[in-house]
Amino acid sequence: MSLLPFNGIFALSSDPSTPAAKATEARLDEIRKAAAESAPRGGRPSPAPQIRGRESYYGLPVLKAPVWTWEVPLYFFIGGIAGMSACLALVAQLFGNEAALVRSALWVALLGAAICPVFLIADLGRPERFLAMLRVAKIQSPMSVGVWILVSFSGCTFVALLANELIARGYTDILIVGVNWAGECTAALTGLILAAYTGVLLGATANPVWSHNRRALPAHFLAAALGGAAGVLELLGFLITPTQLIGVVAAVIETLLGVHFELNRLPVNAPLHRGKSATAFRIAGVMAGPGALVLRLVSQAPPVRRTAAVCFLAGSLLSRYAWIWAGRASAMDPEALFQMQRKS
Amino acid sequence: MTVSAFLTDATLCIGCKACEVACKEWNEVPADGMTWTGLSYDNTQSLGASTWRHVMFLEQPAAAGPQLAETTDPFRWVFLSDVCKHCGKAGCLEACPTGAIMRTHVGSVLVQKDVCNGCGYCVVTCPFGVIDRRPDDGRAFKCTFCYDRQKSGLIPACAKACPTQSIQFGELAELQERAQMRVHELRERGYHDARLYDPQETSVQGVHAFFVILGEPENYNFPPAPEAPTAYLKSAWTSAVICAAIAFGIICVAFAF
Repeated sequence: MSLLPFNGIFALSSDPSTPAAKATEARLDEIRKAAAESAPRGGRPSPAPQIRGRESYYGLPVLKAPVWTWEVPLYFFIGGIAGMSACLALVAQLFGNEAALVRSALWVALLGAAICPVFLIADLGRPERFLAMLRVAKIQSPMSVGVWILVSFSGCTFVALLANELIARGYTDILIVGVNWAGECTAALTGLILAAYTGVLLGATANPVWSHNRRALPAHFLAAALGGAAGVLELLGFLITPTQLIGVVAAVIETLLGVHFELNRLPVNAPLHRGKSATAFRIAGVMAGPGALVLRLVSQAPPVRRTAAVCFLAGSLLSRYAWIWAGRASAMDPEALFQMQRKS
Repeated sequence: MTVSAFLTDATLCIGCKACEVACKEWNEVPADGMTWTGLSYDNTQSLGASTWRHVMFLEQPAAAGPQLAETTDPFRWVFLSDVCKHCGKAGCLEACPTGAIMRTHVGSVLVQKDVCNGCGYCVVTCPFGVIDRRPDDGRAFKCTFCYDRQKSGLIPACAKACPTQSIQFGELAELQERAQMRVHELRERGYHDARLYDPQETSVQGVHAFFVILGEPENYNFPPAPEAPTAYLKSAWTSAVICAAIAFGIICVAFAF
């Protein structure tokens, strides 16, 4: 103990014989005096040589890693599919497609909307306080926007589906038809935002790899949601031309985005090129991009289309996890942050 | 209404950690482990949910040669007590979806313990890596600027316990002036790399806890140009809206076939 230069402080603060007293003004004075006496340099600054170089502080992280666990990427995945499913329902109805497709798409949207809050609440540090989210609405907070969008989406989808089910049972009152259209339009609009905002949620942060890719993230998440919603409908039996076309386009976008992320070799993108997050990111990209695309182009046989849908869904789910892992790795890298800020 | 501020001066810090102790005791912040890091005398490592003052120990070899003529020290040993910056535009405050993080009447940024639900969004929106979620508690914590003490007319516990005036507390404009004078004085005395760390030009719009340092901000793990993440909102949302419109267009085209 005597070798420690600060034993005065340590002795004061960790003496087990006296119970920790509630700090008082006298106690703060005591701490100051003890510190002055036990200071390594007797309270005098030394003349100092000039140091050049921009080394970080022992390479320790500047930023804090995201605390989100497995629930949040899963929410991104399900929320995106639910939101896009509502869009598919509206457009299918607009173009007079079979009622079964509209109905199934709305059910996917509503079930997704019902599951999402479970994951969001489970991820909170204090789940019993989830209602605190509804105290305020803040346009400058993507998290707040997202919560309100999810609430609105759930409501609109519920109304749309309720009216849809009533119409299917022969209640073709003009009011119910109107409510159905209003519900579907608002569900599609909020659904689009639900699928897109998660990219903004990550992009508008201090995390280097997320904020650097803030324009690509919404595109990536929307493409995943688009192909995902079509894939879920295909797995439900709707092996129709529109879902195939959407599946092909989504896989093409995934492929192009994969090439974009692969070619963008800035140090800030290192988590997409090295380590665990990069491995997951690349596997996800190949599955949702070229993998699904090749399957769809090779054959339109139902088993192949279902395989392509599963391949895309698995890839897009893994890519959401890869983004979170990339964010964790990025927060640990002080040099990436410094380089990014020196350039801008 | 006065806006309060911290001026923390690396050239006056003696590395005693009285601020860390005083902060822990006054605010009854729980112990969060003790690791022998081997990084000089810094066994605290960083600010966090249960560390609201953090004394850094910079051991720097004198590769660039002596700054002062009479210097014989083979290396430079600099200390600095880090703290929440209480940003002019705070990323954590803007991002908080519950309104738990608020601006107090003394201009500081405060987490209201009874409102925070631990969503964790402030953790990734702080450009300085200050605020964090306490794993066992679930809520986010950071320096309160001793708002309880300030309301009673007392100065923050760390400033009160500092034996060298390395931590000064006062009115924002007055301390900014004092900091600039201090940097000027240090430079006159031959400390040519003395500077004020107070990012005024970025979207953070200045901080309420600024630092007189020797050397580069990076040496202290200070971001050279910190941005409040709200600065990224416009480009991210623009991309989101355009991409959403394209996605809807793709669906329409697919069904029109």
